[in-house]
Amino acid sequence: MAQVKLESKTFGSGSMPLTRKREGLFQDAARRLVKNRAAVVGLAIIVLLILMAIFAPLIAIKPFDAQVLVDQNKAPNWVISLFPTMKAYTKISNAYPLGSDYVGRDLFSRIVYGARVSLSVAFIGPLISLIIGVIYGSISGYFGGRVDNIMMRIVDVLYAFPSLLFIILLLAFFRSSMSHIQPGSPAYLLTKIDEAMGGMFFIFVGIGLTAWETMARLTRGQVLSLREKEFVEAAHTIGASNLRIMFRHILPNILGPLVVAETLAIPGYIGTEAFLSFIGLGVNPPTPSWGAMISDGANAIRSYPNQAIFPALALAITMFAFNFLGDGLRDALDPRLRGTQ
Amino acid sequence: MGRYIVRRLLYMMVVILVVSVITFGLMHAIPGGPFSREKALPAATIKVLNERYHLDDPLWKQYVDYINNVLIPHITTKPPSTSLSDDCLINIKIGPVWFRWMNFGPSFKSRSRTVNDVFRDNLPISAQLGTMALLVAISIGMPLGILAALKQNTLWDYLGMSISIIGVSVPVIVLGPIFVWLFGVALHWLPPTGWGAKPPYILGFLPAHLGWDFFKYAIMPAIALGLGSSAIIARLTRASLLQTVREDYIRTARAKGLPERVIITRHALKNSLIPVVTILGPLFAALVTGTFVTELIFGIPGMGKYFVTSITNRDYPVIMGTILLYAVFLVIANLVVDIMYAYLDPRIRYD
Repeated sequence: MAQVKLESKTFGSGSMPLTRKREGLFQDAARRLVKNRAAVVGLAIIVLLILMAIFAPLIAIKPFDAQVLVDQNKAPNWVISLFPTMKAYTKISNAYPLGSDYVGRDLFSRIVYGARVSLSVAFIGPLISLIIGVIYGSISGYFGGRVDNIMMRIVDVLYAFPSLLFIILLLAFFRSSMSHIQPGSPAYLLTKIDEAMGGMFFIFVGIGLTAWETMARLTRGQVLSLREKEFVEAAHTIGASNLRIMFRHILPNILGPLVVAETLAIPGYIGTEAFLSFIGLGVNPPTPSWGAMISDGANAIRSYPNQAIFPALALAITMFAFNFLGDGLRDALDPRLRGTQ
Repeated sequence: MGRYIVRRLLYMMVVILVVSVITFGLMHAIPGGPFSREKALPAATIKVLNERYHLDDPLWKQYVDYINNVLIPHITTKPPSTSLSDDCLINIKIGPVWFRWMNFGPSFKSRSRTVNDVFRDNLPISAQLGTMALLVAISIGMPLGILAALKQNTLWDYLGMSISIIGVSVPVIVLGPIFVWLFGVALHWLPPTGWGAKPPYILGFLPAHLGWDFFKYAIMPAIALGLGSSAIIARLTRASLLQTVREDYIRTARAKGLPERVIITRHALKNSLIPVVTILGPLFAALVTGTFVTELIFGIPGMGKYFVTSITNRDYPVIMGTILLYAVFLVIANLVVDIMYAYLDPRIRYD
């Protein structure tokens, strides 16, 4: 906290008053974040997307799985004028704002519901990797010595495993185990949970199992550097327990870099889910996921480009928003890192 | 340096063994064998199939056999036979002996082919695509980053960095369909799907004729795949160059009156590109896995398409072989990158 102030005093631009109101790290960061126009736009888009996901049943004009087989591959007028190649063979129907897909489901409604999958991954992915990574990394960093050595070697080996290949393998395992499991076993319960979540559960597990390693390394490094600080020593002296020192004294101090790292990783998680759904290992149909929709649409891209390009745009906008926010957050929390990475 | 390389090689072997154990374990933990169908095969048939592919052996024996076939080079006097279970990826004849390595075994689904047949047909194409994408990533990313850094806080800088954020946010599954439709279907500039190279290849994967027939197919997928990576390179190059131009030796160079062009090209650029090398490892990984999706979108007959169908077909040898081969490739790429980094930056000591 003190460091940030000092910096703005010594190197700050002329317009900055030399004495200003005392403010905490987070107010300071929030002020810088609000100044960053791209980050604010990103945040606004994310809020809109969250609202869209929550109120999907109200916004969507049809259920996402309602098939109207006579309305296969239809498109409204404006879509046809946007993609002129569709003119020759597409039947016009203005009942579907973005058109309908190959079994006559409304594209718009499916894109709206698709936000649920992408946003769930965007929030639960970081949560899982943060929890596992922070616990693992802080134990490793705090105890140091042989514990640290062994724990970090394990991370090194896992880190060398190409994570996307690992996720593919895990999901292939989960997905094909599903139909063969005996009722009553713990695995059966997990597959039931997965089914209830439309196939998202195993995606979370897959992402969580591969993404924590980066967090663990980051946490360990931060903990190692803080462990020797005077305030930790002081806490030791007055008899605080290891757990208390970890959670009350060290963790709050390293949260900033962790949050930034996770925010910057979110587009990666969203991309991973889309990738998995694209190759058919993601959510279970008919749950709409943008990746699966792009995959379906890509098969018919020559005739009906709208079926692939609209969900693709939704995916791109979401990733933009998170990238902008992550960038802004990093600059706001640590101005020295501006433009790096 | 020598000791460092040896230690890293040993470490690499441990990683590959762990990868193979995990892959093998997961593959065989999947209930229902590769021969379970909607309509069950007669028990006798399954028994014969299991015997033929040694699936009735104890698991540890299957694993040891697999590792023996795949990872351990064999030196024999016997020439390669035409048997499906005796098909090595690498067959080198040195005098009377054969050096034979990497027998991934027969494929379960296509009875007349081995995993190596799949590799031989499809892998060169994926390698071509990956190489092209890497070239795109570097040749767009580096100049963009340098330009943004040299003209820091100008329109060029903001433009370059905006483009790179767009690049990071637009994965190949977004860019691919847009490219196919726009340049392939609507404008007719390039063929929307397909691939232009045919065997034989130079060095195993380079197409013999690098003409328009090759590039007209390769341009779109290579750009779609490489653009995201180029954005990452651009941001890293910019950050690194900005840091370098503030170093003391640059000030010294200015002080002794060197022209700006020489300062940038000879002193700043050379040193600022060292950290960029570190990103090449993760970049390889992204491009390699990215080829899967790119090939599906652009209808390229590479490994990706085959791999994805082999997952749904539960063709274990193909899945394992592909993952193992790619993992080995990525681990080696990381090793090369690390050694290159140590070589380029003498300040780094690895003992």
